[in-house]
Amino acid sequence: MGAGGGGEAGRTTGRPPEAVERFLAQFEAFAANGAGRSPAWLRSLRAAAIARFAELGFPTTREEAWRFTSVAPLAETAFVPAPPPAGAAAPALAEREGAARLVFVNGRFAPEISSLGGLPAGVRVGGLPAALGGGGGDAHLVEQHLARHAGFADNAFAALNTAFLADGAFVHVPPGLALERPLELLFVTVPGTAAAVAHPRALVILDQDARATLVERFQGGASAPYWTNEVTEVVVGDGARLELVRVQDEGAAAWHVATTHTRQGRDSELLLHPIVLGARLARHDITAVLDGPGASLILNGLYLLGGAQHADHHTVIDHAQPDCQSHEFMNGVLDGRARGVFNGRIIVRPGAQRTDSKQTNHNLVLSEEARADSQPQLEIYADDVKCTHGATLGPLDARELFYLQSRGLAPGDARALLTYGFGAEILGRVAHPGLRAELDAVVRARLAAAAHLRADL
Amino acid sequence: MSATGEKGAGAAPLLEIAGLHASVEGREILRGIDLVVHAGEVHAIMGPNGSGKSTLAQVLAGHPAYSVTAGTVRFQGRDLLAMAPEERAREGLFLAFQYPVAIRGITNAYFLRAALNAVRKHRGQPELDPLEFMDLLAAKLKAIESDDSLTNRPVNDGFSGGEKKRNEILQMAVLEPRLAVLDETDSGLDIDALRTVAGAVDRLRRPDNATVVVTHYQRILNYITPDAVHVLTEGRIVLSGGKELALELEARGYDWVRAEAAL
Repeated sequence: MGAGGGGEAGRTTGRPPEAVERFLAQFEAFAANGAGRSPAWLRSLRAAAIARFAELGFPTTREEAWRFTSVAPLAETAFVPAPPPAGAAAPALAEREGAARLVFVNGRFAPEISSLGGLPAGVRVGGLPAALGGGGGDAHLVEQHLARHAGFADNAFAALNTAFLADGAFVHVPPGLALERPLELLFVTVPGTAAAVAHPRALVILDQDARATLVERFQGGASAPYWTNEVTEVVVGDGARLELVRVQDEGAAAWHVATTHTRQGRDSELLLHPIVLGARLARHDITAVLDGPGASLILNGLYLLGGAQHADHHTVIDHAQPDCQSHEFMNGVLDGRARGVFNGRIIVRPGAQRTDSKQTNHNLVLSEEARADSQPQLEIYADDVKCTHGATLGPLDARELFYLQSRGLAPGDARALLTYGFGAEILGRVAHPGLRAELDAVVRARLAAAAHLRADL
Repeated sequence: MSATGEKGAGAAPLLEIAGLHASVEGREILRGIDLVVHAGEVHAIMGPNGSGKSTLAQVLAGHPAYSVTAGTVRFQGRDLLAMAPEERAREGLFLAFQYPVAIRGITNAYFLRAALNAVRKHRGQPELDPLEFMDLLAAKLKAIESDDSLTNRPVNDGFSGGEKKRNEILQMAVLEPRLAVLDETDSGLDIDALRTVAGAVDRLRRPDNATVVVTHYQRILNYITPDAVHVLTEGRIVLSGGKELALELEARGYDWVRAEAAL
């Protein structure tokens, strides 16, 4: 594995290695150029974040949490900050009829290609700078929540994102209001001539009894290398309900590193669906804190990987209060030389009695060279709890194939159907019918693109 | 000996098994099976555990783990053993599995439509779109007096034993096979579930189809009256008779048949 390299050498000598130096220099330029207009609290937040990044450096495979995922090639790439979106760089986007969509190009809100029609009065949606600049309630909320949930003490990538925090999505649904239609946050990275890095950010706040359906979608250039380093913070208030679909469909040469942190209040509901289709290397750290009695979480994800793709999910479900339930379902379909990594940690804090937690990770390994790693970690400090977990990995089941053949399906169709089932099982839990159908079509198209995995039944 | 059913003699048989030998992992399980089934008939194949009943069912369906070492099987006049499992199904053979497997993520309705369309395509019939299929499914559910509680659940996933068996019969109703082989469909069912499942099978009987009921116990034959009963021991059919043979087996067990066969 690609352990070692500049990162290791730097840390043993105590001097920031070249890869880290590059970002320190970029930060100097960023702080000197425009970022100074930000409020004092944000400036000091950034300063703390870059300092922490300098201390942490890029993780290496000697660290337990990065054992299976080497970011050495990423650390060695001389990324430049993704340029601000010029009008010409705006991607051509398909119209989404009647649906509100915020587009972020290279991490910056692009209002001219966004559509905010049909949002209920009182719901606040837009870019972070506007929320901060407008003063009043929005600015106060941002200050109260931004970077207060997704900590960067132990997360070099969140630290780097926070250091370069200049823009991002702000969504606030006040008490009792509902976003009936899905709101899409589309993050597009458009690389320039050199390999570019963007640090998109999102802050989503649902107040008491609010409801919303949200899509976070990540896309980018088809062939040029770039890096998206994203952080999303989500606050689901007491009695609120949020369905968040996350579609990572980055370009084939892209790196995608992301941190999602959710915090739920009493009797709240969160459905979180991370769907991974793109990027050469993806790492997603998800921390979900059930911080009010009676909260429920469904974390329900799918990774469809082929070629030399690598996707690593590290999830932490933190039962901090009693009477909460969390159901985590992660399915992987791995073809080619792809590699899927899943590490699922469940913490049941002292006093979090009557916790009901269930975790499964099923991997379909379609080729000899593909590989899946699955690691559950249960840390239970309460005595009246129900926690189960299970993981499977392997090729298609011969008994299942024969069963389908015995009903008239050709072997190729039977294989395609069983493979599709790994995705359909996850997509079936998406509550919003329109999004479910859309994802279903995407997954079918991806499987159909792999000639031996046709799902045209 | 030849185990020919009473009815339909004269017409070409639906299924004709002659001298069938089959083994699994080098171990011979079937040691010369002869059986002729005509359209409109119900045959019961009974026998003790390990006699080869389920192997016969699996071999007919084309399970790849079993190799046929001798003998012939003709289905509607064609060489069944030369056909791939899916071709057998499309030609009208149906095996109701003793242990139906679960299919992750695929709903029963989706699966059934895929299977039915594969069969229809083979027969030169137009494929059914989802709406047409739902109409057909509703009619089939009514025909077997079942509700639609299994329709939108993943195939056999988390089903009870009774639900799995009911689901096999639903598939049979939808696919309309010429020959259905029921492999221990009665096992693990309580009396109410047995009555439901067997009643559904009985309602699917037609003059142009046939059923082979593989079972250890006589009780399913209270609901599906057989035209012929065959006793299988140690890979051979050693005794054939009418429906009264099943009652005799129920009363006396299998040992006497084995003793007579050894003579």
